[in-house]
Amino acid sequence: MPMPETVSLRINGKELSVAPGTTVAAAILIAGHSAFRRSVAGTPRGPLCGMGICFECRVTVNGEPHARSCQIECMPGMEVRTGD
Amino acid sequence: MSKSFDAVIAGAGIVGTACALELAKAGLCVAVVEPHVVGGGATAAGMGHVVVMDDSEAQFALTHYSQQLWQQLAEELPAFGESEQRGTIWVAADEEEMLEVRRKQAYYNARGVTAEILDAHALAEAEPNLRPGLPGGLFVPGDSVVYPPCVAAHLMRRAQDHGAVLMPGRSVTAIADNGVRLSDGTNVPMGLFVNAAGSWSPELDPGIGVKKRKGHLLITDRYPGFVHHQLVELGYLKSAHSMTSESVAFNAQPRSTGQVLIGSSRQFGAEGAEVEAHMLRRMLLRACEYMPGLARLRTVRTWTGFRAATPDKLPLIGPSPGRENRYLATGHEGLGITTSLGTAKLLADQILKRTPSIPFAPYLPSRSMEHDAHA
Amino acid sequence: MTEAHVSCDVLVVGGGPAGLTAAQVACESGAKTILLDDNPAFGGQIWRGAKHFRFDNKVLDLISDQTAAQLGTTDEPARLRKMPGWRVVAAPRPGVATAESLSETNSIHFQKLILATGARERFLPFPGWTLPNVMGAGGLQAMVKSGLPIAGKRVVIAGTGPLLLAVAEYLKQCRADVRLIAEQASGSSLFRFGLSLTSHPAKLFQAAMLKARLLTVPYLTDCWVTRAEGKDTLERVCLRQESKSWQLECDYLATGFHLIPNTELAELMGCAIENGCVKVDEDQQTSVPNVYCAGEPTGIGGVEKSVVEGRIAGLAAAGLAQEARKYHAVWRHCARFAGRLNETFRLREELKALSTDETFVCRCEDVTLAQLRECSTWRAAKLHRRCGMGPCQGRICGPAVEFLFGWKPESVRPPVFPARVESLTQADVEEKSS
Repeated sequence: MPMPETVSLRINGKELSVAPGTTVAAAILIAGHSAFRRSVAGTPRGPLCGMGICFECRVTVNGEPHARSCQIECMPGMEVRTGD
Repeated sequence: MSKSFDAVIAGAGIVGTACALELAKAGLCVAVVEPHVVGGGATAAGMGHVVVMDDSEAQFALTHYSQQLWQQLAEELPAFGESEQRGTIWVAADEEEMLEVRRKQAYYNARGVTAEILDAHALAEAEPNLRPGLPGGLFVPGDSVVYPPCVAAHLMRRAQDHGAVLMPGRSVTAIADNGVRLSDGTNVPMGLFVNAAGSWSPELDPGIGVKKRKGHLLITDRYPGFVHHQLVELGYLKSAHSMTSESVAFNAQPRSTGQVLIGSSRQFGAEGAEVEAHMLRRMLLRACEYMPGLARLRTVRTWTGFRAATPDKLPLIGPSPGRENRYLATGHEGLGITTSLGTAKLLADQILKRTPSIPFAPYLPSRSMEHDAHA
Repeated sequence: MTEAHVSCDVLVVGGGPAGLTAAQVACESGAKTILLDDNPAFGGQIWRGAKHFRFDNKVLDLISDQTAAQLGTTDEPARLRKMPGWRVVAAPRPGVATAESLSETNSIHFQKLILATGARERFLPFPGWTLPNVMGAGGLQAMVKSGLPIAGKRVVIAGTGPLLLAVAEYLKQCRADVRLIAEQASGSSLFRFGLSLTSHPAKLFQAAMLKARLLTVPYLTDCWVTRAEGKDTLERVCLRQESKSWQLECDYLATGFHLIPNTELAELMGCAIENGCVKVDEDQQTSVPNVYCAGEPTGIGGVEKSVVEGRIAGLAAAGLAQEARKYHAVWRHCARFAGRLNETFRLREELKALSTDETFVCRCEDVTLAQLRECSTWRAAKLHRRCGMGPCQGRICGPAVEFLFGWKPESVRPPVFPARVESLTQADVEEKSS
């Protein structure tokens, strides 16, 4: 089966197409969001370590909270929500 | 030789710090000796559930009295104390336990404690993540949740405001009539000694009948709204208070952070502090029976602690039998957070010969403890 | 379908240079091997850039892209089972590891275990370091490799260590506008380091420096970022070199202060730790029998040391310790280089003064420097101020706090990484055969 050329997902309700293999974190940055979430004191945060350790890139993926977006590849139809 | 104190307290857990504040407020010159961190032992390991209990009249009296003291303290606690009046829901698993719900409600109401029966529908509404089909529960709105290490630190600071001295990083190695020796070699002259060392208290007062009872706890990441009240299975009364071997019971607590604290386990004879996979597993399987959705939540941390258990499940508050000028404030088992404030009052009442608010006789260390519950 | 459990002769945890090599060697030696890594793809974290250094290097030839490619094809030996996207979270009893993926949990039964858990970047707090688009150096590289377009973006790379150069080179290749590399180490120590590099492992570093220069990226030593600024995201950084300070507009700051070994899983297994690293014997065996460790966790030393250690561990775990001994000379060579490396990129004292009272040190729980100053131990900081109590379990703030205050983190308990509650209820935690 040929690889699809792009993967379409929704980030905060907006459709986005990315190359296969793109992580959710990269997709969120591509979509123009640098703040992925609010810290416990309410300050904006984005990815730090890029390797699944720091938990700063957490977003809600398909309704599941606390998903580390740097560790998850984009899948067709994925629903991603930032800002939690 | 260092300066002389009216009272030296061993242990800066929540009981030791509460006693320090109570004695210091009464004008005594107090020193608190703590080998580790303020509130770092069983105080840090416990759930921080301030709860009225009815195992016995004496237990009810002390927990009820203490809860009123907690309500007063809540007003002055800093945010780090994470004090929240969540209320407890005692969850019934079957019709037999619903009978217990009704008995318990009658008991509480007769003694002025608000308690409301939830039927199956009301329980499901109050806690949608409980498994479907539970027959109901008892809601006790006056119970609350606190973060004990920070409360202990607060009590210690308040005591220090009244002149108390904290001696951290040292333990008491020898006790004489007129002073104690510390692990760094210091001799501290004193008038009286209070053993508030929790499960380690028998090392200072051998023969007092306090045994270590290990417990496990787990805390999840933040899931605000997953649990709303402190939840305890009513089967707890059957399982948790057996003095034998190992038991687990479903406890789930909402923290002000949105985290869920899950318990509980009880073990005698386990001396090591390591998290034991088989106990953790049993405890979590029990919790997931009641709340299946817990299975998918992320655990951030697990830990253990040691309760200071006595044979009759009541604490030891008062003179250490056969030892001049020495007092005990220990043996609180799983209720140390709740009863710490009442303990401090009753201890000070005895030391200062004040009229106590509730009778202290049931907690005197010299009492007979023959009525061992499981016998 | 979820299996009750899977079993193997050798379980390799970590699919970077050490783990890939160990798995390949163990498997070729006849051992039924499982290789797992928490990332969706193998290749390692920090040295993902490794394949961009193409040298005639005997040691690197032991693995290189070829191994990774081999392991990535379908005609791999049936003896090897790959589990990308799986992370070990607990070790309920000897010979059993609990692993979870995004949706499943599995128990892995093993005879021998090779820990190749790699390293993570050390981060130091400074004002503004929590702003979005301030990332780790390896972090930004990982982000670009996983799809972030960087062409034309203005990037400042700052901190310490050879990784900064590797990242700079990679980002340049991706046509980023790398405006500056700020290395906190002194020029004189780097010069001494350069002179001491007379043999091949170090060529990697020399060549990278050279390439960085050829690529016309300014490389300043004795230089560091004093603060990051921006409204809701990074807009500029403030830099200092000796008495000079200035600002630089940028889209990303890639910052890291050398590497920290990932020793948590080894600690959970009960392995002895010495000077922050997993203690191993000459067969790479830890203080726990049948548990081996290879690569960065035994001491930060880069790809070559990792590859050699992976080879030794893989052979030893497969029962060919004798065979492994012929690699000891190469290993000693790499270890000497590692020692010089870590000495050169030692952190300077001035970095302790970067944070202000309001700077968050613990990013999970937003614990400020001022709050930590009220504490006297790591445990007090945890209990009274929630430092290290968040989901990273102190992996980010722990090394920073150790640098700032000298406090050592507490012992490791399960789960060694945030894990689903159900992962701690696996049936075979009890001591019995299933």
